[in-house]
Amino acid sequence: MYTKKVLDYFKKPKNLGKIKNADGVGKVGNMTCGDVMYLYIKVKEEKGKEIISDIKFQTFGCVAAIATSSAVTEMVKGKTFEEALEVGKEDIIDSLDGLPPIKVHCSVLATEALAEAIYDYLSKNNKPVPEFLKKQHEKTVKENEMLEERYEEWTENQQD
Amino acid sequence: MTNKKIKKPIYMDYAATTPVDKRVVKAMLPYFTEKYGNTSSIHTMGTIANTAVNKVREEIANYISCQINEVYFTSSATESNNWALKCVASANKNKGNKIIISSIEHDCVLNSAEWLSKNGFNIERAPVDEFGSIKLGELEKMMTKDTVLVSIMHSNNEIGTIQPIEEIGKICKKKGILFHTDASQSFGKMPINVQKLNIDLLTASSHKIYGPKGVGLLYIKNGVKIDTFIHGGGHERGKRSSTVNVPAIVGFGKALEICVKEMYDEKLRLTNLRDKIIKDVLKNIPNSHLNGHPTKRLPNNIDIRFDFIEGEALMMELDAKGIEVSTVSACSSPKLQASHVLLACGVDEKYAQGTIRISLGRNTKESEVKYLLEVLPKAVQKLRKISPMNVHNLK
Repeated sequence: MYTKKVLDYFKKPKNLGKIKNADGVGKVGNMTCGDVMYLYIKVKEEKGKEIISDIKFQTFGCVAAIATSSAVTEMVKGKTFEEALEVGKEDIIDSLDGLPPIKVHCSVLATEALAEAIYDYLSKNNKPVPEFLKKQHEKTVKENEMLEERYEEWTENQQD
Repeated sequence: MTNKKIKKPIYMDYAATTPVDKRVVKAMLPYFTEKYGNTSSIHTMGTIANTAVNKVREEIANYISCQINEVYFTSSATESNNWALKCVASANKNKGNKIIISSIEHDCVLNSAEWLSKNGFNIERAPVDEFGSIKLGELEKMMTKDTVLVSIMHSNNEIGTIQPIEEIGKICKKKGILFHTDASQSFGKMPINVQKLNIDLLTASSHKIYGPKGVGLLYIKNGVKIDTFIHGGGHERGKRSSTVNVPAIVGFGKALEICVKEMYDEKLRLTNLRDKIIKDVLKNIPNSHLNGHPTKRLPNNIDIRFDFIEGEALMMELDAKGIEVSTVSACSSPKLQASHVLLACGVDEKYAQGTIRISLGRNTKESEVKYLLEVLPKAVQKLRKISPMNVHNLK
């Protein structure tokens, strides 16, 4: 069912954990399956461009959710925002040598987490936010309201 | 003990299916190449096949205390359940159109009921309590005059809860309603007496009891009105056509014979291993909870949920360590839905996510259980480190 690459990422996740004092955080989830992903980014500016200098993830979810979130961190680390936002679900799926059809939504979740982390950084620093990121953010906020309700008990005392 | 001594993979998914016992294979083999007759043929070869099948029928009748001519062979428990629901419903239309099932039935009962509902029948689902036991009072209230059939499983495939079948049978008898039970998980694991339990129809399967896949049975009490499901040349006394699968039935019979012979000791052995695992896990892994009933459960079933993590990931983490279990988490289901069984027990969706089912069997050794108990806490801990959920608040 899963490719060797998916299982490798699952067994030995790369960039796992939390970044304290992250410059941007993307918290997303999927109400249908219940998966939740957190992406933390550190950002530095080089030649007027923002670069993701460090990235880490935490995931509550299945093998595919863990593998896709780990894979996306590897794909965008060291990249500019522009380059990172070009990474689509197909790229993530390809990098894992494929995902079962029913798990494709996990790769979508990984791209949404990244978009949300970048949105978080840009809006916190009063920088111009591209329209598509705003739209994505609105969608995420709606989904997160429902997710927060479901997981409130587990997240209410979460340490920063 | 070192882990190297343990042969892997360690199969702990006996509720899904079982390996065919070598003694069963041996009993089956002659019926492929030497005694290959069609039970409908009246020449010697056909008679040999027919005699073998009827011997198994007798074996089954002895075990469940019914008449030999009340046992009908099918291709699977799924077919038996489809037959029982759809064809009792259609044959008893004049009496009424209501059928009661439990809210925790296997998909083949749920979906057969769903089909009946689309075809004009009134389907109601009886509720269960937090342990997955039928609420008898509520069930009785649901049994109105137009109810023709009650179908409630003997024991649940996910959480292992054994239902108060005798009480349900009594109420059905009192009300004059037919009672069907899907005994796929308990058949061969404990004594079943259809007379004492007032069961009118019973489903069982061969591959759950170390027999081959592709054969099941439906016990139909003489006098029960039921239509034919599979039409054809009139096998199984005109009730279920299709050339009789002689080798599989012979295997089913041998498998049951072994189960019955070893039942008492095996039940005791598995119950001890089951309780050891449950006790150890609940004690040593924080935020772990048992699904189902603590004592009224199948001797080989352990269904446990862990907060903050997801079941499929845990199942695959155990698989990586050579232990094979199963899960019913939303992520692992084709419809991405939480288990209807756990939801019916009142388990919240987020708690249902972290469930795995460990089911033991004939080849489970104490050393394997010990290895599981070494590996499982580490696997849970590893996934909790990956999870963003509140892991520093562990109880």
